Amino acid sequence: MEQQMASLKKPRKTKHLLTAVLLFILFYASSVNTKAYIEDLISGLPNMQSILVKMASPDWSYFEPIITPVLDTIRMAFIGTLLGAILSIPVAFLAANNLFSKWVTIPARFILNIIRAIPELLIAALFVAIFGMGMIPGILAIAFFSMGIISKLLYESIETIDSGPLEAMTAVGSKKLVWIRFAVIPQVLASFTSYVLYTFEINVRAAAILGYVGAGGIGINYERVMGFLEYQKLSTIVLAMFVVVVIIDWISTKLRERLV
Amino acid sequence: MKIVDVKKPKTPVKQRLIRWGSVSIFVLICIWAFASMPNIEIKDTASETSRAIIDGVIHPDWSYVYKGDGEDLTFLMIETLAIAFLGTFISVVFCIPFSIWAAKNIIRWKIFSGAGKIVLSLVRTIPELVMALLFVKVVGPGAFCGVLALGLHSIGMLGKLNSEEIEKIDMGPVEAMSAAGSNGMKSFWFAVVPQVVPQFLSLALYRFEINVRSATILGIAGAGGIGAPMIFAMHSRDWDRVGIILLGIIIMVTLIDFISGRIRRKLV
Repeated sequence: MEQQMASLKKPRKTKHLLTAVLLFILFYASSVNTKAYIEDLISGLPNMQSILVKMASPDWSYFEPIITPVLDTIRMAFIGTLLGAILSIPVAFLAANNLFSKWVTIPARFILNIIRAIPELLIAALFVAIFGMGMIPGILAIAFFSMGIISKLLYESIETIDSGPLEAMTAVGSKKLVWIRFAVIPQVLASFTSYVLYTFEINVRAAAILGYVGAGGIGINYERVMGFLEYQKLSTIVLAMFVVVVIIDWISTKLRERLV
Repeated sequence: MKIVDVKKPKTPVKQRLIRWGSVSIFVLICIWAFASMPNIEIKDTASETSRAIIDGVIHPDWSYVYKGDGEDLTFLMIETLAIAFLGTFISVVFCIPFSIWAAKNIIRWKIFSGAGKIVLSLVRTIPELVMALLFVKVVGPGAFCGVLALGLHSIGMLGKLNSEEIEKIDMGPVEAMSAAGSNGMKSFWFAVVPQVVPQFLSLALYRFEINVRSATILGIAGAGGIGAPMIFAMHSRDWDRVGIILLGIIIMVTLIDFISGRIRRKLV
């Protein structure tokens, strides 16, 4: 009885207290480091107000010139995701520990981690330096980045598949490629498609900014508009991208619901 | 013994129609996407530049790691982390009212919570970089404007994910408390909050991981951190410098992901 009572006691508070103190120290140190003075924000409020007032009245005449860049952005995201998805298949197989031994999976995962650690915009900037301005570096950056995401999600899902078919096929002595084709692929195809759609949603948003470093798409317009401080046009771009993102997210969610 | 002839069962017509329909739609989108692609022109200097970049990554400029003048890699990396931390902190605090607003099991009128979701996704549509450019006009260039940009942008994602967490909770305790006669505030505090706190914290850590990545590039817009020196080094083709910064970013992001992943696994 006493033991039961002891287990009913409230959990110790020291840990929570320590966490709170640590968070506060980090908070204080970061605000000192970044010179985050609330006075700056307050004295900047009139500026913010004038920006918001301008943004509240979008420049509808700017809608037509941005149709092509918006479509380019979707194109970049689509082709990039497609390339990334194709590239991710072999990499994901190599990284799954129920298909290959440690000697293969550990290096494959190490490379995947490095790929995912580099921000997209930096990859795009590097590709712009190599290939010059335009959509090509944007597509390649998206493909590179998508490969990182899809491979990670895919190998994790390969590792959770039912091992029955794998064992059955090993027992009858099938070759590795045949084995993957008939025992692995049917089990992960639906989740693979779902991951590709999910990555496409992310990429549409990401592609919108790549033009800022010269990689094509609507980002070029963002840069131009911000350079001339044309906030009415900025708000047109934001609204146009909002509509595109909402439609694509909706279609993609509906498709993913049917898949799983 | 009778041997049964095993045949592959025929797929129903409707399923076949759906399959061929989706394949042809996919092919049409592919044609649309690839048709207006620009010609692939690779600059003559492409192979030279890529060799220079790889050379820079292999022989990074180690002297940049620490100089002690506030312009070195260590200092700027700490600043980047501080931007990400403070930005996440602000958004975690300010996303709470938004996530309640957008949760359809807390707010009785569906139109109202739907409006909350629209506001949140509108916030998410404005890229961090553009927000940073806007805040440069408000508070002047520097790390603080990076903090504000990340703080505001993250509210969009955290608010959406948190409101979905609230929608997933078990409504039993809430009903029990209102049956016992508690008011809205109290039943929220004792029946809703305990169910969502671990998920909230886990999502906040996840957003922190994303913000560390974002903070490394915000400098392009003049918002502090490692981004500005990175882009300067790229424009001046100082690949050794680019190499060391890239290495620094990879190491920092990997470390943060590792630590945050450990904590998140303990939380949920």
